[in-house]
Amino acid sequence: MMETALRSELRKQGIFLTTLEELYNWGRKNSVWPLGFGLACCAIEMIAASMARWDLARFGAEVFRPSPRQADLMVVAGTVTKKMAPQVVRLYNQMAEPKYVIAMGACAISGGPFKQGYNVLKGIDRYLPVDVHIPGCPPRPEALLHAFMTLQQKIAAQPLTGPHRPRHLIAAAPSEYPIPEFGAHDLVPPNNPEIWQPPSITPAA
Amino acid sequence: MALASDSYLVLVVFLIAAVLFALGPLALAWLWRRRFSPAKPGPGKNAVYECGLESQGDAWVRFRSEYYLYAIVFLVFDVEAVFLLPFAVAFTGLPVGAAVAMLVFLLLLVEGLVWAWGKGVLTWR
Repeated sequence: MMETALRSELRKQGIFLTTLEELYNWGRKNSVWPLGFGLACCAIEMIAASMARWDLARFGAEVFRPSPRQADLMVVAGTVTKKMAPQVVRLYNQMAEPKYVIAMGACAISGGPFKQGYNVLKGIDRYLPVDVHIPGCPPRPEALLHAFMTLQQKIAAQPLTGPHRPRHLIAAAPSEYPIPEFGAHDLVPPNNPEIWQPPSITPAA
Repeated sequence: MALASDSYLVLVVFLIAAVLFALGPLALAWLWRRRFSPAKPGPGKNAVYECGLESQGDAWVRFRSEYYLYAIVFLVFDVEAVFLLPFAVAFTGLPVGAAVAMLVFLLLLVEGLVWAWGKGVLTWR
């Protein structure tokens, strides 16, 4: 095993050494294929980010796939209504491994300006494991680029073995999340308790 | 040397290299999956993809082969429109021969339409 410090020192001298882990993560972070999927006005900014001016292709993520079978990044761009939430979760379930989620904009994070709406989901992280949150209403394409770079850094830092390896390499980690159903007053369940719990207002003892 | 005299050998080597170049990454991906990535199938993941909705009925529906007739009849109008526009733009400056050639072309396409009409393709069933 080569130590990281020694490797970077050799790199300065023009000797390039790498590890399987680094090579794998390098390939993985530079070929994130997003799902062509927009929910509201944030999708317009997402589309703009993929166009020539902001040029998402620099990050290897310009191929917006029309089918979840070929995609591994879901950019939740816009307000998730409670009517749409089961479809969003189902699309996530149908994506191939590895899967990542970027919650784009105030609505996808928390419901945003429509938080008080009876039919607005107060954040997609109640049902899906979100990797990167971007605030903004809507976030500019630069913010989405920043989210992509954050996701790339996150991917690059993941070890291949051990307890902190990425979810898709852990056999026990679920590939599908339960799809909420329409109940009498709200979605059932209102959140996936395994990944999100309502914040407690009682101070910790 | 054999390489210099038999120039086709280079092609054979190139062909083998090309096949290996294509198959190598696939084999590596397969080995990688065997070693590291556990397969995670599931009822939702394997379900028929229908834009996030639950699929109704079977995905393996058959389309009637008679639909090709609609495609062909559409082509008549499509080709006509493509050629009619430049024809109309340049109409005043065209010599008689060109105009007649265009009219013959139109006649041929209209003939196709008349044939389809006569066969009863345009009646909705």
